[in-house]
Amino acid sequence: MAAVAERPAGGPSASASAAGQTVTMRIWRGDAAGGAFQEYTVPLEEGMVVLDVVHRIQAMQANDLAVRWNCKAGKCGSCSAEINGKPRLMCMTRMNTFEPGKVITISPIRTFPLIKDLVTDVSFNFQKAKEVPAFKPKPLDPDGKRRMYQEDVDRVQEFHKCIECFLCQNVCHVIRDHEENKQSFAGPRLFVRLAALELHPLDTNDRRELLKYKAGLGFCNITKCCTEVCPEHIHITDNAIIPLKERVVTEFYDPLAWIARKLSGRDPRKGIVE
Amino acid sequence: MATEPYETHEYDVIVIGAGGAGLRAAIEASAKGVRTAVICKSLLGKAHTVMAEGGMAAAMGNVWPEDNWKVHFRDTMRGGKMLNNWRMAQIHAQESPDRVLELEEWGALFDRTKDGLILQRDFGGHRYARLAHVGDRTGLEMIRTLQQHAVHKGIDVYMECNVQRLLKDGDKIAGAFGYWRETGAFILFRAKAVVLATGGVGKSWKVTSNSWECTGDGITLATDAGAELIDMEMVQFHPTGMVWPPSVRGILVTEGVRGDGGTLKNSSGERFMFKYIPEFFKAETADNEKEADAWYEDKKNNRRTPDLLPRDEVARAINSEIKAGRGTPHGGVFLDIASRRPADYIQKRLPSMYHQFKELADVDITKEPMEIGPTCHYIMGGVRVDADTTATAVKGLFAAGEVAAGLHGANRLGGNSLSDLVVFGRRAGLHAAEYAQALPSQPVVDAGEVERVMHNLLKPFENTGGENPYAIHADLQETMQSLVGLIRVEPELKEALDKLAELRKRLDNVSVLGGRQYNPGWHMALDLHNMLTVSLACTVGAIARKESRGGHTRDDYPTTDPHFAKVNLVMRQENGEMRLREEPLPEMPDELKQLFEEGH
Repeated sequence: MAAVAERPAGGPSASASAAGQTVTMRIWRGDAAGGAFQEYTVPLEEGMVVLDVVHRIQAMQANDLAVRWNCKAGKCGSCSAEINGKPRLMCMTRMNTFEPGKVITISPIRTFPLIKDLVTDVSFNFQKAKEVPAFKPKPLDPDGKRRMYQEDVDRVQEFHKCIECFLCQNVCHVIRDHEENKQSFAGPRLFVRLAALELHPLDTNDRRELLKYKAGLGFCNITKCCTEVCPEHIHITDNAIIPLKERVVTEFYDPLAWIARKLSGRDPRKGIVE
Repeated sequence: MATEPYETHEYDVIVIGAGGAGLRAAIEASAKGVRTAVICKSLLGKAHTVMAEGGMAAAMGNVWPEDNWKVHFRDTMRGGKMLNNWRMAQIHAQESPDRVLELEEWGALFDRTKDGLILQRDFGGHRYARLAHVGDRTGLEMIRTLQQHAVHKGIDVYMECNVQRLLKDGDKIAGAFGYWRETGAFILFRAKAVVLATGGVGKSWKVTSNSWECTGDGITLATDAGAELIDMEMVQFHPTGMVWPPSVRGILVTEGVRGDGGTLKNSSGERFMFKYIPEFFKAETADNEKEADAWYEDKKNNRRTPDLLPRDEVARAINSEIKAGRGTPHGGVFLDIASRRPADYIQKRLPSMYHQFKELADVDITKEPMEIGPTCHYIMGGVRVDADTTATAVKGLFAAGEVAAGLHGANRLGGNSLSDLVVFGRRAGLHAAEYAQALPSQPVVDAGEVERVMHNLLKPFENTGGENPYAIHADLQETMQSLVGLIRVEPELKEALDKLAELRKRLDNVSVLGGRQYNPGWHMALDLHNMLTVSLACTVGAIARKESRGGHTRDDYPTTDPHFAKVNLVMRQENGEMRLREEPLPEMPDELKQLFEEGH
């Protein structure tokens, strides 16, 4: 029972107690027509995350401050923002990671059109999702069941961890400052989705055309910005984008390779990053 | 009276809510060939279903071939303290395996057994390992699978659109009226049938696992439209929510921690659940640590660990330990898996719990125990529905998922919610579509009624210098937490009634700052109507049920009462008042009754 008794009485952040402290935040206020940063100072409490402070500002000083959030536990991907310029989930950014007394700046994610304050129009992502050819499973096993093995499922489950926070889309330089590329580029989130479908042991659908042309996979030059910001730590570049690129090269010009892979349900690919 | 233009859309079936139940309903309705739309308050894929962690209960028998629907049915009824609607429990147990397999057909990837089948995990109150799961993020897998399937079926989705009122043509549903959050503009849906799939009510309590969305919208829409509610006093406090630091208090810690070997301990390291095994579960629960630990591997020769008693029992036990002074420094108890399972096993089985504690509490759950305590999680009560069709008392109005009542009785078993969503979501979509197809013409919406609703919705902008909606909300949460919480007594419940009446008056005087565009203060002011409605219904039910059963514990009536064992408390609004009456439970057929007599 030693593990129980050894727990310090003050809790995890006892050394950096926030009692009596305040914090000042600069938050973007405005809409598509324009706006400015506004400063708010509110009391801090132990263990707070950035979203807690935003909620406190909303409750006490700015009832109409627009912010998206749902689960407050890093599971829904709603509260993406740029905190001191870094794209993060507000609910998973602890206040004790900032230097006490320093003003913290929060702005909306930049790649998508602003609606109001910290809320942006992310409909681009939902539009692109519609263009992905759906999952199409192969026939059932002769006994009416489906069998898949954990080792084949593991790598696709990594992609299924995606919470659609769109931070990867936000930092992707192909679209971050290039509105004109959005037409012909789906972005890292959709590449993860495409990889999940392409590597699904049961799937039989053909997405090679989409990958090569409409999704714009070729635009990506593997700078790994997307991987760095992923709050689910999905190896977007190594495990999703690079294998898709290899596939476009080999299978687009060698349809037999594509058929062989679809029939076996297995991927000969090596070098998965764990 | 203020009036302004609004957009109008016409459908056969509209589904309000895009969690598991709403999406499944929409998929089914659309498959029947009717014009279908989904309307949701958040972005698609963000609904509270993503928070479901442990899994989806279905007697597939992949791990324990002995399992079948009858065992699942019996577990569900006993977990619900026999207050369940037997027919819903039967349908649920019979159909959930097919709904799991259907998700797999649509691309979901559940964890696998060695033979390549869907793996199943142990959970509280389930006799066999029964929960199909994906690590501890099963809800995310469900919602993403349904979301993508729905998108490819071409169903119209209205995101960040909030329905405020159902409209009727005589006694029939005619549509729904609401607003776009983004612009604040109004929107009218003319519809032959409406499916409510709006989820729960947890945002009325201070310590809750629920998100901002869980404000009892569907229950309020239904009762405002004349439907009946049942069992509104039955609120589940999940035994394991985070307690520290204060800002994360209430966030859910999956029951999967205990399902995978974790155990509850008090401040002196005692596994206290052995002291709290109720008579009702004695025969099937281990009374010593050795047997409890052996049960995980060998269920034939051992009885289940008391750590996995149904949630109501565990939550009360934790509460008693804390009250007796045996709690942790931050007012919880310990949940320990670190000393019981290897670190890599914990990381593989419970990745998001590991992440959550590491990031939010600086606790490494592979090395240290967690501090946990009860958190408001789920309402078993809600809109009264027909077991087979999910139809409510209002023609053309259907309800499925947490908003509907009956399946879970007085207490829901873990894992029975995700399966509930898809089993009854499908039925709601099917029967709403059939109802719409049989209706000869589109019902007529009363334009005058629309104008009255619009006027009400804009009232908070006209009040100046009134109440801050967030302050009213904070006081409501304080009231429900302290007076209508896990343990209840009559004087406190009556005090709650007075406070709720005061809050209702304050809400009349609420005012909002800023404009119509994406204004959370306005949205909160409107949601408060729903939160106050469900809080009142819960309190009225809690006063009337003079016994303790499942999610309803009365300190002044600490035992079950044979009279209340046989009745639902049915509520209906009449002239603005909640009227309550008792109605006998539906009678279970003899062949099902036998399942409880054979001593399974």
